[in-house]
Amino acid sequence: MSSIEVDGKNYETDEEGYLTNLTDWNKEIANYIAQVENINMTEQHWEVINFLREYFEEYQIAPAVRVLTKAIGKKLGADKGNSEYLYSLFPYGPGKQACKIAGLPKPTGCV
Amino acid sequence: MSATITAPAYRIIPIIPALKPGAMEDSKSFVANDKIQEALGFPGQLVDDWHDRALARMGELLGKYRSLKVFLDACVHCGACSDKCHYFIGTQDPKNMPVARQDLLRSVYRRYFTLPGKFFPKLVGARDLTREVLDEWYTYFYQCSECRRCSVFCPYGIDTAEVTMAAREILDSVGYGQKYSNEIIGKVHRVGNNLGLPGPALLDTLEGLEEDVKEATGIDVRFPLDVKGAEVLLVTPSADFFAEPHIDSLIGYAKVFHATGTSWTLSSKASEAGNFGMFIGNYDQLRKIAMRIREAALELGVKRIVVGECGHAWRVAYSFWNTLTGVGDGADANDKFAMMLQKQLDHRYKQPLHICEFTWDMIEQGALSFDKEANDKHIITFHDSCNVARGSRMGDYPGGQFEIPRNIIKAVANNYVEMPLSTTREQTFCCGGGGGLLTDDLLDLRVKGALPRMEVLQQVVDEHGVNFMATICAICKAQFTKIMPIYGFDRRMIGGVHQLVSNAIRLGNK
Repeated sequence: MSSIEVDGKNYETDEEGYLTNLTDWNKEIANYIAQVENINMTEQHWEVINFLREYFEEYQIAPAVRVLTKAIGKKLGADKGNSEYLYSLFPYGPGKQACKIAGLPKPTGCV
Repeated sequence: MSATITAPAYRIIPIIPALKPGAMEDSKSFVANDKIQEALGFPGQLVDDWHDRALARMGELLGKYRSLKVFLDACVHCGACSDKCHYFIGTQDPKNMPVARQDLLRSVYRRYFTLPGKFFPKLVGARDLTREVLDEWYTYFYQCSECRRCSVFCPYGIDTAEVTMAAREILDSVGYGQKYSNEIIGKVHRVGNNLGLPGPALLDTLEGLEEDVKEATGIDVRFPLDVKGAEVLLVTPSADFFAEPHIDSLIGYAKVFHATGTSWTLSSKASEAGNFGMFIGNYDQLRKIAMRIREAALELGVKRIVVGECGHAWRVAYSFWNTLTGVGDGADANDKFAMMLQKQLDHRYKQPLHICEFTWDMIEQGALSFDKEANDKHIITFHDSCNVARGSRMGDYPGGQFEIPRNIIKAVANNYVEMPLSTTREQTFCCGGGGGLLTDDLLDLRVKGALPRMEVLQQVVDEHGVNFMATICAICKAQFTKIMPIYGFDRRMIGGVHQLVSNAIRLGNK
């Protein structure tokens, strides 16, 4: 098993850097993963990460891309409620990259 | 992550590329851990006596599948298949020539299962099964997307995908499984679909879609879930609930059902059409996954089963559901539930039916009408998905699986262009992500494997201004969305056939 070290503590991840134990997550870990992914976390990034975590808590899965864009659009204005905006924040794909930073499991299947 | 992965250059003359031995020997997808393996009843990790158990499993498969024995015996190394594989074209690794890939298994078969191989191995190209050989199997049989394009060109009709499936099954049986495929199969059993989307999340997503469509069209188009007594059960890949552009086709299906007044339902139990049991060549998993659909159909009492835009699901549905589950004729007469389902289904209709067959029937009957101008911004081409093209059929005539999706596109849009015939229909190239390879750890392979499709797409883009490639497979959609930007295309160029239907369909007043 792989692991990451943040603030002197070790956290277990899978081969791709997704946290193994979802309860390990904290903001420092999120910042660390984002850095590895070459993402500079801004307030806009946190809006998405926080929504993902809230949704996950309720439904035990990350939201569909459409659910996410709609929620962001409602919160931040219609011009940001689209996947282009999300891709601009998370270039590798909002689904996977944002989930990784949010400490959620990777969406699998034909996505 | 993706920074180091670049698209190979287009070939100026598309001929056999120069060989680069070993080019992809380090491209190995993640191995499944013990938790993933054991959930499927496979050994958690490579067993100590893997050598004997692998050969024993090979022997069992040879006894069970006469086809496998024929395929391993029949090859004369004529080379007709060698340059037909998209992974060979894109990677130039000689072991990705279909003949060479199969020979990784065939050479071991010769050594232990044929007389000349037992006594004169060197003379007949037979090899001992060593740990290096086993690793080579894992590496290269997970660089085959089981698309069967090479089989089209094989003068002996060798189904190379079946050889790949056998190799993967042997690997699983000794505890050497692939993380991507096996983790997903585990999720199907545990949660109900490849994505791991639980019922409440599915319901929330569908309710959201009802709102969206209402907002966009002013019409109450329903996305029903678990409705007993519905006429049609729609089984579709879970990516249709989650990803883009997949979800746009789901909206298209719902609009077609709405406009034709068809009562339909989705099922939270059968919330996945995909069946990765086929990818790993494991009959028990194939059947177990397919069985969820029968259970859902019996519980809901539906009369018809329709399959959404998913390539390998349609192959499993069209070619195997009948004997696996009793959807369609051919189940074991002693299989009580299969017989029950046979009685329940309405045999005035084909069972199962592809969503494209459903929509096209309705168009032919005049039950649907369209504002084709709604798609005028698109100049469209169609990418045939391998499992639909080479593993199934639609309609009641040969080649229906090629014509029906195209007929639909032409009925809903004005601008349609074909890619060269040597790359479409039964000769279509795989998207590069099929057969259990749609995983980030194989991204380099996926990018390279898309080369032949990207080359001809570029051609129709340059010559005809094509800006939309339609397809009817969730894997194709996800793969192209990911890799097309690396080739310089906009990821929104890829979409579903029912996405185009959705754009143009008239709801309410016709």
